[in-house]
Parts: sequence; C-alpha cells; structure tokens
Amino acid sequence: MTLELFLQHFFNALTLGSLYGLIAIGYTMVYGILRLINFAHGDILMLGAYFVFYGTTLFCLPWPVAVVVAILGSALLGVLMDKIAYRPLRSAPRISALISAIAVSFFLESLAVVVFTGLPRPVHQPEWLVSIITIGGARLMPLTLLVPGVTAVLVAALLYVVYHTKPGLAMQAISKDIETTRMLGVSVDKIIALTFAIGSALAAASGIMWALRYPQINPYMGVFPGFKAFIAAVFGGIGSIQGAVVGGLILGFIEIMTVAFFPELSGYRDAFAFILLVVVLLVKPTGLFGEKQEEKI
Amino acid sequence: MNAKPAFNKRDAALTALALAVLYLFLWWADGSMAGALSWSFLPSPLNGYEIQILNLVAVYGILAISLNIIYGFTGMFSLGHAGFMAIGAYVSALCVLSPEQKEIMWIIDEILPPLAALHTPFWFSVILGGVVATIFALFIGIPVLRLGGDYLGIATLGFSEIIRVLIVNATPITNGSLGIKGIPCYTDLFTSFTWLIIVIFCTVRLLNSNFGNVLKAVRDDEIAAQVMGINVFHAKLFSFCLGAFLAGAGGALLGNLLTTIDPKMFTFLLTYNILMIVVAGGLGSITGSIIGSVIITVLLEWLRVVEEPLDLGFIHIPGIPGMRMVVFSVCLLIIILYRREGIMGMREITWNSIGRWFSSLGQSKEDKA
Amino acid sequence: MSRNLVELREVTMRFGGVTAIENLNMALPERGIAGLIGPNGAGKTTVFNVITGFYKPTEGHVRFKDRDITGLKTHEICSLGLARTFQNIRLFYNETALENVMIGRHVRRTHRWWETVLGLSGARQEERDIRAKAEQLLDRIGLSAYSGEKASSLPYGAQRRLEIARALATEPEFLLLDEPAAGMNPQESLELMNFIRQIRDEFDLTILLIEHDMKVVMGVCEHIWVLEYGKLIAEGDAAAIRSNPRVIEAYLGEDVNNAAD
Repeated sequence: MTLELFLQHFFNALTLGSLYGLIAIGYTMVYGILRLINFAHGDILMLGAYFVFYGTTLFCLPWPVAVVVAILGSALLGVLMDKIAYRPLRSAPRISALISAIAVSFFLESLAVVVFTGLPRPVHQPEWLVSIITIGGARLMPLTLLVPGVTAVLVAALLYVVYHTKPGLAMQAISKDIETTRMLGVSVDKIIALTFAIGSALAAASGIMWALRYPQINPYMGVFPGFKAFIAAVFGGIGSIQGAVVGGLILGFIEIMTVAFFPELSGYRDAFAFILLVVVLLVKPTGLFGEKQEEKI
Repeated sequence: MNAKPAFNKRDAALTALALAVLYLFLWWADGSMAGALSWSFLPSPLNGYEIQILNLVAVYGILAISLNIIYGFTGMFSLGHAGFMAIGAYVSALCVLSPEQKEIMWIIDEILPPLAALHTPFWFSVILGGVVATIFALFIGIPVLRLGGDYLGIATLGFSEIIRVLIVNATPITNGSLGIKGIPCYTDLFTSFTWLIIVIFCTVRLLNSNFGNVLKAVRDDEIAAQVMGINVFHAKLFSFCLGAFLAGAGGALLGNLLTTIDPKMFTFLLTYNILMIVVAGGLGSITGSIIGSVIITVLLEWLRVVEEPLDLGFIHIPGIPGMRMVVFSVCLLIIILYRREGIMGMREITWNSIGRWFSSLGQSKEDKA
Repeated sequence: MSRNLVELREVTMRFGGVTAIENLNMALPERGIAGLIGPNGAGKTTVFNVITGFYKPTEGHVRFKDRDITGLKTHEICSLGLARTFQNIRLFYNETALENVMIGRHVRRTHRWWETVLGLSGARQEERDIRAKAEQLLDRIGLSAYSGEKASSLPYGAQRRLEIARALATEPEFLLLDEPAAGMNPQESLELMNFIRQIRDEFDLTILLIEHDMKVVMGVCEHIWVLEYGKLIAEGDAAAIRSNPRVIEAYLGEDVNNAAD
C-alpha cells in the first residue's frame, strides 16, 4: 500500500471515527445518567439530516440557517422524547424504559417513512466541500478534514460545559447518585432534559455531516450508525465522554483499516462492531474509561 | 401462577374437548379439506388470505412463547430472536427443497455438494432447524449470558445482525441476498396449530413443574437463586437454548408458510414484532403470549386498511404507506407507559380460573335477582 | 468434643486497598449455635459472603465437613449442605410462599427436565414429593395459611420465616442467619430464640447468626465471635464476651450490659 493511499484511508477512518464518537456521546451521557440505552438516538441523527435536507430544498433556507434550525429542532425533539416516553418510566424497571425507547425508535422511523417516503434521497454536496485538494500527496476533500475539525470543536465545548459549568456539575452528580442529587435541591428532570437536548443536538450535527459525507438520506440511515456508536460508547467505557470519542475513533479505524488491508472481508464490515462489542463485554465490560459498579449482597 | 397438581380428570376432559373443537374449526376453515368430506352445507367463509392470518397466529404464538421463556420467565432481555428464526428457516428450506430446485436456484455460487443432496421430510426439517439454532445459542450463550440486562440485549441483537451478515455472504449455503424461493408450502392450518399445541403442552408442563419455578427464581433474584443451590448460569443457558430451539422451529414453520426467505426478512423488525406480542400479552404468561399473538397479528393485518386508499364516494383519502408501523409503535408505547404488565400480567388462564369466572358471573346475576 | 463442621483458617479479604476481614480464624462445632457480632461495617456480612462463596478470600481457606470449599461456586457450596438468609430479605417476590420453598428443593432433585416434559412416572412422583415436602415445611414453620400468597404480600415477620423455611428446604447441615431478629419486637425476638433452638434440634443443624439484638445473641449462642474493623477482638461464651473489656469498649458498654439481665 502506498503512503498516499494509506493517508486517504487514514482520513476516511478519522472522519468515520469522529462521526461515531459524536453520536456515541449522546448514548454515553444518557446511559451515564439514566442507565438507559436510548435506542431512538440514531433516529434523531436521521431526522437532523432530513431537517437540513428539507430546510435547504423545500424552504430554500441558506445552509447555515438550515443547520442551526435542524440542530435546535433535534434538541427539542430529544427533550420531548424524554418527557413523553422516558420520564414516566423513571421508577419502572430499567428494561421497561428500554422497550419504550425501542418503540420510540420505530415510531420515528415509520413516521419518517410516512412523511418523507421510504425512498433514499440524494443529498446535494456544496462544491467547496468536495473539490479535491492535495495535502502531502494525499488527494482529499475538504469535507474529510471538516468533520474531524467540527467534532473536535464540539467535543471541546461539551467538555467545558460538563466540567466547568453548574449544569455540567449537576449532570456528573446525577450520574453518581440521582436520589441524593435530587435531595440536594437540583431539579433533576431539567438536567436530564438538558442532557437529552445536548445529546440530540450532537446527533443531529453528526447526522448532517454523515449526510454530506455519504450523500444520501433515508429513514433508516440512523439505525446502523446508532448501533455502532453505542458499541463505541461501551468500548470507551459507558458514562465517559472522552471514552465515547476514543471508542468511536478506534471503531472507525477498525472498520476502515480492516477493509483496506483485507478487501475480501468487506462483506463482513457491519459485523466487526458487533464482534468488538462481544469481545469488550467479555474481556473488560467497563470499557476503557469506565468505572466498576457492584451489587451489594 | 396457578400451579395446580399436574393431572386432574376434569381438566384433561375439558382440554380434550377444547382441542376437538379447535380441530373441527380448523377442518372447517381449511377450504382444501372440504373437498374430501363435503361441508357444502356450511362452506368455509375464509379465503386464502384469512387462512394465512390464522397460520401466522399459530407461528407467532410459538415464537412469542419462545421469547417469553427467555425474557418473561427467566428475565433475560434477548433481542436476538430474528437470528435464531433465520437459522431455522434456512436450515428447513435447505432440507425440504429438492436437489433439482437447489441446482437451479443457486446462481451466484454453486451450492455446497452435501447440502445439494440433502432432502428430508418437513417435520424433520423443523426439528433440525431448531437444533441448529440451539447449537448457535450455545455458542453465543456461553460467553454473553454472563452479561446482565440491557447489555445482553445489545449483545444478542449484535449476534442476530452477524447472522444476517453471514447469510448474505455465505452464498454457497444460503444463496446470499437473493434468498430462497419456491419453498414448498408445508405449513397448513393443521401443521401450524399442531406444532403450536405441542409447544404449548411441553412448555406448560415444564413451567408448571419445579423447573419453571427455578427459572422464575433466576428472574426474580439471581443472588438468592445461587444460595438456593441453583446453578444460575446453567438455568439461563437452558432457558436461552430452549427459547432458541423454539425460535428456530418457528422460523422453519414461517419459511414454509411464506415460501420465500431472504436475509432482509430477518431484521430487528421481526424481533420487534415478537417482543411486542410478548409485552402486550404479558411477560411471564403463556396464555398472554397466545392472546397477544392473536391480537397483534390480526391488528397488524387489519391496520393495512390505513395504508390503502379509501374512497368514500364524495371524499377520496389516499393510502399512506408505512402508517401501519406508526400506529403500531404508538400502541406499544401506550402499553409500556400505561399498562406495563400487558394484558395478562403474570397470570394464566386455566380451567380453574375460567370456572371461577363463570361462577362469579352466576353469583353476580343471583345478586341482582 | 464433637468435630468442627466449619472452619475458617487465616481468612483475609481485601477489596482493592480496603481490608474487610483480616486473618480470621473460626471453628464451629457440629450442632452448635454460634453468633458473630460487631459494630456496623465490622465485616460480618463479608464473612457470610466468603463462607457462601460469593467472595473468594484473598488469603486463607474455608473448610466445611473436612473439605476445602474455598473458591467453590455458591450453588456448589449449597449442594454440600450450606444455606443462608439475607440481612435485607431476598425472597422470590413474584412467586407464592409455597413456590419459594419448592425452589429450595431443586438442589436435591434427581430427575432431569426432559423426564418432566415427557411425564415419566419417576419425575412426576418427584414433583409430587417436592410439593409435599414444601407444604410440610411451610406447615412446620407455621406459614401454611400463606401457602398460595405471593411472597411480596406476606407480612414482614412471615417473610423472615419464609426465608428460613426456604433455606431449610435445601436440607442444610449448616445454616447462616443474617440478622434474623431485625425489625422484631421483644416478644417476637423471644419466640425467635426458641424457634432457632427448635430447628437446630429438629433438623440437626449447626447455626451461625449475625445479630445486633444482644438479648438474642446472649440468649441463644453457645459461642460468640466479636469483629471490629475486620479483626477478631474477642471470642468465647456469652459470659466471657459480656465481661471482655475490649468488647465493652467497642460497644461503649451499652448493649452488652443491658443484655445481662
């Protein structure tokens, strides 16, 4: 393999990994606080992409406006989702909330089929994002650099919010002990809603970039990225934001590089993540950055 | 919950009577049988489509029971059902197709020689489908059943996706994404309901015995179960494999009912449908699973109405494709939000409970009089 | 002197950097009733968890019936004849009282599951025996009125006794009771003491109990170990413990002397 080719694979992996990481953050934050796998998270990604698509085509919004609207819309949707489908089940067995999440996921997908039809739609890529540039011998699209760049900025902003602001500290406190935090006078439901808003906004951002990178959208586009990002979150150690990003990047590299070096395995690409999941859960269920929790006897 | 001493003459008689009525109904409903012994004075009003729904009720009943054993009775949240069903369906299809059919159908890659020659009776193919699914369940279960709750769900879901990827890629065995067509339609009303009844009979016997209590103990409190000398891992593996066996057999029946199978059929959506039946019927209730499969299957078909154009003469409502699943997910949401225990909860309908119900009915009438 | 049924030899249990039990030696004679006391967090329940195989001790050995059971799985230890109850009751709450006890019989079962499915006569007989034995036990414990009730609907005291009945169903030789008198009034505690002695005689048991109620401990235990911060600070019979200065210090003298009358 030539260096150029390798660099191209490298940047592809970086892009895919960043997207996984960005989606994984939403899973890890919600799981860290509610111990709930938000199955519908991948569908928020899909809706974010559709919002931008319809914003720019149907309502002729300029790109930046459409993106902001889509992200805000998705954040709102995340909050609504929590309020309608998850909040009533806070005291119920955890699996009930999970079934509820599965139902929400199917609801959003089938609603998207009804509203947007099930046909895949091509996405128009702005010219300046896809005109080939050459860096160090590798031929790249600016998009390939944009995605990791945007991801880095978003993650930095998020880390600032979580570690240096009051709501962020409240989030951390809730993930340690929800009842105690409630008794300390933190309005837990608001913080949880904020968590959903942030997670969904990030999912929408990654959905938009996903649609630009792989220029096609359909109602089920969020399903596989969602599953895989969740696996990345588990791999990184569920509950840890840094872990989610690292997990996402590693998963992106595994997928791209395995296929790059062993092209005959390309048919099995979708299985890699799940194999990784089984291995991680068996070897180190707490993931790279996770903390151990034990049941008291 | 009502584990009465095993054999009671009245119950046995009532069960036999109910079975006789059921089979009489099936005989009448199945138009193809009418030719032999004419029911011309009471022709079956059911068309092929309605018979198909009845068949689906029976097959979904088996599948719901199998998931209920794993999730409702043993408390393992498994989302891998579509995988086991796919295995069963493919194994059965490979068994019942004639060597000539297989030779014509495999066009991407030639079919593996030993599989090409394989040709077995239908009943055997169903059992073999279950057995192969069980073998897979053993291999997947030994590593992942140590995981709890939602992690197990994700791992089994991953497993079922891996199965699908394997089916797409293993063209010499599965014919890849083209799928298998022209499977003989062996699953008629008698076959499907007979399998359902055998499955109900065996599972009820097992679950009403102390083995059933042991599974429920594992579901309720693993730590206490260990202290009671229960090998929790064995119990879980047993339940997982039993569920996988029934899922494989159910998948085989489904394949022979639909006559066409391909990897796209066995997505998470299929698992979701089964999960929905189990949750709606009641986790930990076999009668609930049966009731659930009747209601959900009929509802799923009936909801096709909303997808078809509606012409009321003066107003024309165009059909909305996909609306069915929207209504459906809202239904599941409502169940899980407002009636989490489903229709039956953990209760069962037994002859005793029916008897009590009738006597209470009689009493309340007497009270009024 | 009868032989020792259970022995702990230099058992140490560490969790990360925390030492929960340090170099503990205990020996329980057969058919004795012994007590394990100590302030909260002294490591009493950890001792139970080590004996029942939930934790593998960092160092040392547990012996049961002259056999090293260190590192065996909990269910294997149970089948050797060891049963316990829990500090916070752990019943199978969705099952009836009778089913709870029947589950305890599972470990002594000889027929396989498929024999039950096929309805072979031996398996059916065993099912009937399990049920009969469980009903008998419920009756003995005085809970037959609750037989068909869900465990979760039983009153607190009945739940405690049901947990003991369930443990007895496994046919143990050694029974560990974790705070059996918790939440009981003095009258109930008194009954409990009698009850413990009765089941010891009736079922040939060796009993070790953790208890905070000093009246119960002093009244029923023939031998007592006192733990503090994971270390054994005293052992002996009730009188010796009551007068032991280190024990009085650990308990600030209150409970131990109040129990003297």
